[in-house]
Amino acid sequence: MAAPLVRILSKSCRQLSRPWDAWQAGWRSTSHRPATDVASDQAGVSFPPLQTYSEEENMMREAVKKYAQERIGPFVSKMDENSVMDKEVLDSLFEQGLMGIEIDPEYGGTGSTFFSSILVIEELAKVDPSVAVLCDIQNTLINTLFSKLGTAAQKEQYLSRLSTDMIGSFCLSEAEAGSDAFALKTRAEKHKDYYVINGSKMWISNAEHAGVFLVMANVDPSAGYRGITCFIVDRDTEGLEICKKENKLGLRASSTCPLNFDNVKVPEKNILGQIGHGYKYAIGMLNEGRIGIAAQMLGLAQGCFDNTIPYTRQRVQFGKRIFDFQGMQHQISHVATQIEAARLLTYNAARMKEAGRPFIKEACMAKYFSAEVATLTTSKCIEWMGGVGFTKDYPIEKYYRDCKIGTIYEGTTNVQLSTMAKFIDKEYDH
Amino acid sequence: MSGRVLVGVKRVIDYAVKIRVKPDNSGIVTDGVKHSMNPFCEIAIEEAVKLKEKKLIKEVVAVSCGPQQSQETIRTALAMGADRGIHVEVTGKDYEALGPLQVSKIMAALAKKEDAQLIILGKQAIDDDCNQTGQMTAALLDWPQGTFASEVALEGDKVKVVREIDGGLETIKINTPAVVTADLRLNTPRYATLPNIMKAKKKKIANMKPADLGVDLTSRLEVLRVDEPPQRQAGVKVETVDDLVAKLREAGTI
Repeated sequence: MAAPLVRILSKSCRQLSRPWDAWQAGWRSTSHRPATDVASDQAGVSFPPLQTYSEEENMMREAVKKYAQERIGPFVSKMDENSVMDKEVLDSLFEQGLMGIEIDPEYGGTGSTFFSSILVIEELAKVDPSVAVLCDIQNTLINTLFSKLGTAAQKEQYLSRLSTDMIGSFCLSEAEAGSDAFALKTRAEKHKDYYVINGSKMWISNAEHAGVFLVMANVDPSAGYRGITCFIVDRDTEGLEICKKENKLGLRASSTCPLNFDNVKVPEKNILGQIGHGYKYAIGMLNEGRIGIAAQMLGLAQGCFDNTIPYTRQRVQFGKRIFDFQGMQHQISHVATQIEAARLLTYNAARMKEAGRPFIKEACMAKYFSAEVATLTTSKCIEWMGGVGFTKDYPIEKYYRDCKIGTIYEGTTNVQLSTMAKFIDKEYDH
Repeated sequence: MSGRVLVGVKRVIDYAVKIRVKPDNSGIVTDGVKHSMNPFCEIAIEEAVKLKEKKLIKEVVAVSCGPQQSQETIRTALAMGADRGIHVEVTGKDYEALGPLQVSKIMAALAKKEDAQLIILGKQAIDDDCNQTGQMTAALLDWPQGTFASEVALEGDKVKVVREIDGGLETIKINTPAVVTADLRLNTPRYATLPNIMKAKKKKIANMKPADLGVDLTSRLEVLRVDEPPQRQAGVKVETVDDLVAKLREAGTI
């Protein structure tokens, strides 16, 4: 009598998986990268690779990855089509603690680190770059400005709101002041203990939902950029008009609106930091925000890539998988290398900032490179998908449209390159 | 009543991973493969945390048996709201042979040591599909059991459990202390929010070995061989009902 074989293997784990729409299954990152991330306090490796995360960072990343795929994934297509960020998505971002990552727990924040923010933005961008940019602006621009420059009263009033239910907007650009940001014309006239702001802003992200606006206005045009001051303006302030949002090519779920300031009265106590120092704050924050955008572009590229490779492994033409054609393999490997390089630039810039080392040149490199890589990746991914890549039934074309802004906003590619050149020039100064 | 609930959480291969059998057919590949908490264990933790939020119980203790990495699973449970964790360290050959019998002995010993009022476990693990640990634990402790729970309600010193059975739903009332095993529809596990992940870092995980609990891990089972399921064969198309009946008769199925 034959001895029965003992099967200690379940036939298919998938029988017990949660309900999963076939289309959404494509959102899952199916790359089989080994889990060799060594916690930095283990293994006694003195110079661990860049892709080494603390246990906290690992847990955060896993939590956000799961959350993004399950709770943002189903909304992405609709939000893009209608150019509206769904309220449920916004609420869940706050609920998950993703809008106050570095804010101190005493203000209801998560109390984590800059690098954790970068990982969160990357994971969100893999699913929806629009949601990632909203989270990026909140964490790297708004929260940081309040945390670093706010008086105790300002922090008390705003930080707890920013971490729990209020979105912020950063208002610097104007119709005539984009790359040349300090040519801004919005005026703030001093009267006794308040200022009156007149002017208009353009390209303001998050404006549709923001509860607070950090407005860069000039209190003394004769002093040039040294008059630029940062004002905290609440949404319901009289005279502040949030105009109709732009109808954009990509990042459509992220609202981008012009703003009008018609004799907007702002009390003196609403000045963030010092008068005339606004330009410094803007530059400083944008240096950090740059790394956040690099993470967004990186996540975008990776998400697009992750959605494409499974298709190339399935699609058969001329009797073999299209992945197996040498031409395809070479292209795919080239793109994968670019993404890896972008990742290392981004992570390194983030770690340098955390270590308190000079990081501006590296941040510029990360943002410039990641944006270029996102453009390359998404373009190639559409090609690899063939005809279906060109249709809206698949998520690839959205990544293609979303990536273009990467080379433009938060410092155009040309500005990044010029900034880098200044640093390079100085390096040879002895 | 102590108001303490023990919840078992098992570290298993993530449900989305494609399982591969080792070339020597001795087991499945686990090295470098993504692992996570068993989905039914997540549901168990969620239920326990919910009971605590309703102030029906006082403390949720997450327990996991396995190697060092099991601590990650406990941390996830802490991030979901468990108060503290117990890691029962089992490694090497002992870990490979670890099955429901051994785990239930450990859970029973811990239940006595921690004076638990309730033990909540997932109904089964998605790697071995045993569906035995809860039942064995109850038997070893001589406690009542409410398995395949799709609803759990604490009523004084009793527990009302609605069980999912083949015929539909069965409602039972059992005395505490008791063992409950969670089925799919019991609840929807919460996501570990980032602030909770940070808070979890401060929560304690106690370490111990099975010997500390006086548990003998000897297995009565020996895995002889692991094989992939047979490749699905192509079907045959038939034109008429008569053809279908003929083919079924041929195959001996009718």
